[in-house]
Amino acid sequence: MASSSQFEDNAEQYVFSCTLDNVRNLSNILKAIHFKDHAACFTTKNGLKFTVENSKCLQANAFIQAGIFQEFNISEESVMFRINLTVLLDCLSIFGTSAAPGTSTALKMCYQGYGHPLTLFLEEGGVVTVCKINTQEPEETLDFDFCSTNVINKIILQSEGLREAFSELDMTSDFLQITMSPEKPFFRLSTFGNAGSAHLDYPKDSDLIEAFQCTETQTNRYKISLLKPSTKALTLSCKVSIRTDNRGFLSLQYMIRNEDGQICFVEYYCCPDEDVEGADT
Amino acid sequence: MGMKCVITGANIRVLGRAIHSLSRIGDELYFESLQNGLCLRSVNSSRSAYACFTFAPLFFHSYETTGELCHCKTHMKSVINVFRSPPSLEKTVEKCLINFSSKKNRLVIQLLCKYGVTKTHNFSYQDCESLQAVYKTDTCPNLLKAPARLLSEAVVHFPMTLAEVTLMAHPCGKVTLRNYIEEETDASKAMLTELSLSSEEFLVYQIQEQREITFCLREFRGLLIFAESSSLPISIHFDSAGSPAIFSAADTVLEVHFVLATLSEMNCMSQSQSCRQPSAVDDDFQGDDVDYMIAMETTLGDSPPAPHSSNFYKSPPRREPSSHDSGGEEDPQKDIPGTPPNKKFRSLFFGSILTSSGRTDQEVLAEDSD
Repeated sequence: MASSSQFEDNAEQYVFSCTLDNVRNLSNILKAIHFKDHAACFTTKNGLKFTVENSKCLQANAFIQAGIFQEFNISEESVMFRINLTVLLDCLSIFGTSAAPGTSTALKMCYQGYGHPLTLFLEEGGVVTVCKINTQEPEETLDFDFCSTNVINKIILQSEGLREAFSELDMTSDFLQITMSPEKPFFRLSTFGNAGSAHLDYPKDSDLIEAFQCTETQTNRYKISLLKPSTKALTLSCKVSIRTDNRGFLSLQYMIRNEDGQICFVEYYCCPDEDVEGADT
Repeated sequence: MGMKCVITGANIRVLGRAIHSLSRIGDELYFESLQNGLCLRSVNSSRSAYACFTFAPLFFHSYETTGELCHCKTHMKSVINVFRSPPSLEKTVEKCLINFSSKKNRLVIQLLCKYGVTKTHNFSYQDCESLQAVYKTDTCPNLLKAPARLLSEAVVHFPMTLAEVTLMAHPCGKVTLRNYIEEETDASKAMLTELSLSSEEFLVYQIQEQREITFCLREFRGLLIFAESSSLPISIHFDSAGSPAIFSAADTVLEVHFVLATLSEMNCMSQSQSCRQPSAVDDDFQGDDVDYMIAMETTLGDSPPAPHSSNFYKSPPRREPSSHDSGGEEDPQKDIPGTPPNKKFRSLFFGSILTSSGRTDQEVLAEDSD
């Protein structure tokens, strides 16, 4: 149903081009990492990866695999650029964001290569909008070196169980303290704010927990202001995997099901706060 | 000294709604555990509105007090966080535990939720005296009692931004509600909304003579939301303009009282022929059209004052009859952080009476713990 015929462009002149019948399958995922204006975009034959970073301590990645797109062509091994994510999202939702049934916006996205703008053709009900967004010099992104062999604790949880917790986080607390342990309290989120402390405990046999693989007790603190934006990913997701490695680095992987039932992943990495001493309550 | 209680089922939502309606009054929540139940109170910064919820032991799944009574206050905001959404409370929370222990310096609210999730909130709190408004319902000659729904359907016609509403009751059996328009408002821009209710719609209708009282709508709405959700009728005891009106609702396990100041008659009725004594003019009061007053005092039971008891009300005991023209009561108001700009003067009469000790003039070390 995509009206790609209307886009009179020759795929050959682009290093990268793709088409998507429902633009929300892209825009929703991007919203999950939209907490800064700029994102880096990496494209390979496997799909797109958008990366947003904050304070050299937090990185969020959204993966949109090639299979989500109806067409996906790339003529180079990898294509990389930096783009204003706010502008990109504004363009993607130029026909509105409502998910009224039967009204989906089709997208064709093309990139001619280094120095060229990213061109979007958006079509809904026969109306076509062309957007050209300037691309920027790609910047180096952080490598958290988060390796699954170093993972100490891992919990897979239904997102429903964390949603309320994250939306109610006491933002007067500087950090969120996460305890993962093979023993009680198993999985605990704590805040220490102006008005006192709050602990949220999940037993390991809770129906919310799908997998519980904790090998040793770890208590780490993460800046709450850095983690709070991950709430956006949490609200969209159906499951979340929480992992910590031997350095206390945190990985949050969100499984997001799009409107067509396809699965995408969004991932947040966060460094722990240094002064973990006295973190116990 | 301490208190331990457990709340289950629909009563968790009732408690949540009570706290929401208290949050419309003030920034601090006063906790008081008595032998005959738990009291939650709040008062606004200008002391013109006061609310008290008393939950009888039967309201709780279990209710235990040990030792002496305890009084403390904590930030409203943080407690509201615990009970953020009353409708979802019932769905997600199975049990609510409140644990107060002055020995361990702990005020804990624990929610046991679905899927075995436990939320534990440890609150920082301040010891304080009992907060008590001075009011008597039995000396009020007028009483109206109506289902909360009747009143909430009446006030729904007023804009949310409206500050005060005037209630006029005639002995002949007609009650009118209208928005209060301030004197300085340009008459060409003002809109007057007025609606009448007949005495037949009221459960009790005792009006000695025609009375007109003007009170704050926001706080009143708070009570209405609570009473309507529990389908309780509301009683309004009032005297003449200027004396506090007492709004109450009760069932077998809980009691609610809202005491709201009313505008004094002199100013709202006869501004043009104002009979202000020139001698009593004070800078702050000059040109103010509206006087609120409400008389309250705090008493500390038999317990000795707690070590860091914060004497909220610095003013010495003041038990003289309410007289809005005396200039002395402005100073406590200055002490209160977060007092809204003085749109109108709100007179306050707070006394601090420590029954068993003479420590009425304790220094306040810190008003707030943060």
